[in-house]
Amino acid sequence: MSTADVVTGNSVATSAVSLSGLRKVYGDVVAVAKVDLEVRTGEIHALLGENGAGKTTLMRLLYGLAKPDAGSISIDGTQIAITSPKVARAAGIGMVTQHFSLVKTMTVTENLVLQDAGFFSLDLAGARKKLLTLCEEIGLEIDPDARIDSLPVAMQQRVEILKALAGGCKVLILDEPTAVLGPQDVDSLLDVIRRLRDTIGLSVILITHKMHEISKVADRVSVLRRGEIVATENANGMSIASLTSLMVEGVQQEVVEEGIRSSHGASVLEIKDLTVHLRGHDVISDLSLEVRRGEIVGIAGVSGNGQSELVQALSGVFAHQTGEISVDGKVVKGGSPAAFAQAGFGRLGEDRHASAVSALTVEENLILDRLHFFSKPGLLLKRKIRKFAEESITNFAIKAKPDQAIGTLSGGNMQKVLLARLFGERPLAAVVSQPTRGLDVVSTGYVRQLLMIERNAGVGILLVSEDLDEILELSDRVLVIFKGKIVGEVARNEFDRVAIGAMMAGV
Amino acid sequence: MIETLIGIIGATLRISTPLVFASLGEVITERAGMLNLSIEGTMYTGAFVGITVAAQTGSLTTGLIAAIIAGAIVGCVMGFLVVTLGVNQHVAGLGLTLLLISASNTANRILFTNKDGMVRVDPWKPFDFAGPIFSQYWLTYAAFLILAPALWWLLWRSGIGIRIRAVGENPESADVAGISVARTRYFALALGGALMAAGGAFITLAFLGSFTINIINGRGWVAIALVIFGRWGIWRTVSGALLFALVSATQQQLRLVPALSHLPFEILLALPYLAVIAGLAITGRNVPYPGAYLKPYRRL
Repeated sequence: MSTADVVTGNSVATSAVSLSGLRKVYGDVVAVAKVDLEVRTGEIHALLGENGAGKTTLMRLLYGLAKPDAGSISIDGTQIAITSPKVARAAGIGMVTQHFSLVKTMTVTENLVLQDAGFFSLDLAGARKKLLTLCEEIGLEIDPDARIDSLPVAMQQRVEILKALAGGCKVLILDEPTAVLGPQDVDSLLDVIRRLRDTIGLSVILITHKMHEISKVADRVSVLRRGEIVATENANGMSIASLTSLMVEGVQQEVVEEGIRSSHGASVLEIKDLTVHLRGHDVISDLSLEVRRGEIVGIAGVSGNGQSELVQALSGVFAHQTGEISVDGKVVKGGSPAAFAQAGFGRLGEDRHASAVSALTVEENLILDRLHFFSKPGLLLKRKIRKFAEESITNFAIKAKPDQAIGTLSGGNMQKVLLARLFGERPLAAVVSQPTRGLDVVSTGYVRQLLMIERNAGVGILLVSEDLDEILELSDRVLVIFKGKIVGEVARNEFDRVAIGAMMAGV
Repeated sequence: MIETLIGIIGATLRISTPLVFASLGEVITERAGMLNLSIEGTMYTGAFVGITVAAQTGSLTTGLIAAIIAGAIVGCVMGFLVVTLGVNQHVAGLGLTLLLISASNTANRILFTNKDGMVRVDPWKPFDFAGPIFSQYWLTYAAFLILAPALWWLLWRSGIGIRIRAVGENPESADVAGISVARTRYFALALGGALMAAGGAFITLAFLGSFTINIINGRGWVAIALVIFGRWGIWRTVSGALLFALVSATQQQLRLVPALSHLPFEILLALPYLAVIAGLAITGRNVPYPGAYLKPYRRL
């Protein structure tokens, strides 16, 4: 028995990957402190951890995208230095990242052949045949000649997995694979992962922070906290509560209080027959909805079904946009962001880096949409601005100085600045898009709590999020969007994940 | 009338040849995600090096090969600036163009002032095998019959082609796939530079047999417009070059029409350029720029 072998019960499980003493430091930040981890052949090993716990860095080390400062990596019991993705692939390691590394303008086959193209030689026909054989072997269907940008996200992810398998991968790293999927697609992905383990004995490292995925597929779980593995255990013996506490121990979590649900009042945002024509087709067609005073209406849907366009349409930016949008009973005319702001409508865009001007300071960002209020002709009222900024920083618990460039803030603090801008002067209604995307647990809790406080204070909030759990947690009503149409409405007391998931998938 | 028409078509092929070389070189470069504004300067370099070496060695072919090597070197210099150093591509390209135009003119003046101020070679002759339309230089045949199909194959059917497209569209993906983004981009710049220089050398070694100031006369800039008109495709770009050359050839004929003789000739001269602007205005909206266009690649 070699040192790589590990006794489990009475059978011998070989280790596919074993990391020992792995360490990576970026500047002053210790991304990975000291990691010892062992992944067995043919197991699904979940790696659990908070944002910033070092999961992604760890995987980058394993895939040769970063060089470790200390420690070693062994594959199948042999220690090797993984200096590049090429070396990693040759050693049988494949990775599917959160942002797919597919070339969107190429076909599935072209993407697969990319990694083994010679200087001149390029065997497209052979690669196509190999792909079809592989698909048959593991029971997946894909059109080898489809261009990547014509495929839905779930399919693109399959291409990523197939690409790894075609490259001879024995250990597959999946970095938060379900973050981009709707509930139906999550189930079929988990199914595929299980099938790969059972049919071809694939070892899978599943990076996630979703507990129900772990309980569904994982054989073992390791918990990563502040760059260290704090526990590795069999998945079926672990409870969600104990995993969560392992994950965030020492990290203070702000508790989300439900607050009192105010009774809903008059309609503050009404959209009638909104149609947006873009890139040759209707991305939103005849969409109508209503948000009343003091309620959160969630828009649930698989990404790319018109959510982004709906949010953008609420500042009237599209040239080919028809329909009527009213705030507080008055139709907003003029179709400009300013007209919406004037009507008492606020907006939090889906991409905070696009909404904040990163080179400007916190206070400058805070007043950007209401300059008239903080300036005399030609002059900024510095003192007034500073006072407003300091108040915002206190009220919204922003960890920053007023004169600090906003680009230097963490995601959570940047989001708070944008929320302060949105809610600082309380709007009648607001649309809030992906408010907690990419935030850690603490900031997420804060943002969600803030949304409920604002709701309770009477703001009508339209919440657009790809995180179904978030929508179910916060919304008083859920509208399901599919292909630019509202296809269902569910009241809070009728929430049902499976039913909503089915509607999201257009079933 | 027929004769005029035949003359125009023949001239179209001739005029388009340097544009085909240069714009296809730019297609390769831009497909790899880089705008190469050194194109105008690279064409000057090709024109000057080509004729100088040809005059020294007495061999036009040696001159052409020298021009091609010089172009590849310029491409590598551009690569050092924009790939290795990550310099802004506009600045690097324009800077190189300014430098190379001046350097060519200066070298020309220093090297050749003592005679008649001009280096001369006996240029290639068109060879006539099927009437005046096909009385063309061998480089013209090479451009349309060999270069364009070969580059199409290179871009769409070869390993290096798929790598060029990958690093131009999504360098992160290419990197993850084990492709060296830097090496691929250097290769594209060197190949592109070689082609641009060949286009420049065509003018001195085939058209004129001499080098003069302002010899390229904005053909490099036209080539850049043609690439956008051609949406980074080989055949559309070649078609664009033919279209531009057709208007050029037509205006040359129009100058001979007595009724138009009172027009300042500059107006007719401007026609092809107006055609480029019109062409871009019509087709240049929503063009699918390569995904990594103008972006230097750095690993995280």
